[in-house]
Amino acid sequence: MAAGDAWYFDAASAEPLHPSGRDALLTALDDGWADPARLHRDGRRAQLLLDQAREAVAAEIGCHPDEVSFTGSGTQAVHLAVLGAVQARQSASRGPGHVVTSAVEHSAVLNAADWLHRVTGTAVSSTGVDHLGRADIGEFAAAVRRDRTLLACLQSANHEVGTLQPVAAAAAECQRASVPLLVDAGASAGRLPVPGGWSLLAASARKWGGPAGVGVLAVRRSTRWRPPFPSDDREGRRVPGFPNVPGVLAAAASLTAVITERATSDTALRALVARIRAAVPRLVPDSVVYGDPDDRLPHVVTFSCLYVDGEALVTELDRAGFSVSSGSACVADTRQPSHVLAAMGALTHGNVRVSLPRGASDQAVSAFLEALPPIVAAIRQTVRARPASNPPSTGKSSAEVTA
Amino acid sequence: MTPSQRPGIRRSALGLRPPAASVASAELVPQPSLTLDALGKKCPIPIIMLADRIRDVPIGQVIEVLADDPAAKTDLPAWCTLKSQEFVRAADLPVGWSFLIRRTY
Repeated sequence: MAAGDAWYFDAASAEPLHPSGRDALLTALDDGWADPARLHRDGRRAQLLLDQAREAVAAEIGCHPDEVSFTGSGTQAVHLAVLGAVQARQSASRGPGHVVTSAVEHSAVLNAADWLHRVTGTAVSSTGVDHLGRADIGEFAAAVRRDRTLLACLQSANHEVGTLQPVAAAAAECQRASVPLLVDAGASAGRLPVPGGWSLLAASARKWGGPAGVGVLAVRRSTRWRPPFPSDDREGRRVPGFPNVPGVLAAAASLTAVITERATSDTALRALVARIRAAVPRLVPDSVVYGDPDDRLPHVVTFSCLYVDGEALVTELDRAGFSVSSGSACVADTRQPSHVLAAMGALTHGNVRVSLPRGASDQAVSAFLEALPPIVAAIRQTVRARPASNPPSTGKSSAEVTA
Repeated sequence: MTPSQRPGIRRSALGLRPPAASVASAELVPQPSLTLDALGKKCPIPIIMLADRIRDVPIGQVIEVLADDPAAKTDLPAWCTLKSQEFVRAADLPVGWSFLIRRTY
């Protein structure tokens, strides 16, 4: 459905497969089905495709190909990175050790840290963020301790509000303390250059327009890492099991293509996001736009509407043809509000995340901005919200108060 | 906006203060002029109830909201920041929390 495709605004969950990735996938289904570990010609052909993909990904993230392994998902990459790095550094003298994360990491990072805490007794420090969702680098650095911290984790950019994180500063602090740094680049890989300074890096192909079922785990040669699960000789002994060669090749082809197109797509998406950021507080009373207005992902914008049920908002937008996600508790499987919005002190109800796919059009954004205000007004009417009280006029809009 | 303009956000979102039962803190806790029972109600209903009723207490006085939806822990302080009302404190109840908000205008 053309209109439906044009109004898909959940690219931060899954970007539609890039045509280059689709071509590569179809080719590799024919050419890369054999076991790359075998010495026969079909196996060698699969291995050649896998090597090409690894070189392309390594070039983009700035490392040696043998530092790159492909996983079954971004989440699996994160879990392997956290568990493998921590368990390699645990020792009788160090004990279960300590892990530092920001409070707004992806749940994959937080779940892995929590698992270590429950299973091995590893202490976990979750450090705070400001109202834009940016990690407090002072608090982060103070939590990283040379004598006990085994791993520090910081995302490249926040997946819910788009704010970029101070990875360079975190890397400098970690280097000073001789603590490895995991950078979860899931939200930004392919869309922005990968920041340097990491010891371990994780990413997910579906977020840059690759296929589902492909993640990237990179471990520097100088970083200690040990397989946390039973291992075999696949993927540098980091990821056991038969690799998804067609998927990996498609992921690499998509990555190469989106990087080539980045110069133009970045500018176009930023302009559309800026338009939404400016228009929503003007068109929807009692709405707030979150995240850094400038130092941000090109394609993500998040806002909350007071007195509106997030589930109703997502449902009504879907009926009107717009696919968006939400950090509101009623939309989450866990029925918990977004930990990102909570850590920022942001409003969690009535929340909408718009994340624009490549090629998102001005018309699609216009249609969204036209549809949103009456949908919000209708939901507010159903819950009989009275016109909200407003603070004494300061000449500021609600958006300016927090964003 | 500086963190000092967001009273109570981190405290309330990431770790509630102890219950009001403590004798030492009891004197410091203002008595609410009005209590709204939003227990069992999902966000945004507690926020809507607060917005509807805050004008029923005099300026400078405190209104109490009882709620047990986890989103209220974040959203009541966030509403106060947006609306320039003063979030006084949150305290644990056997089920849910008591939130105190002072009407500033």
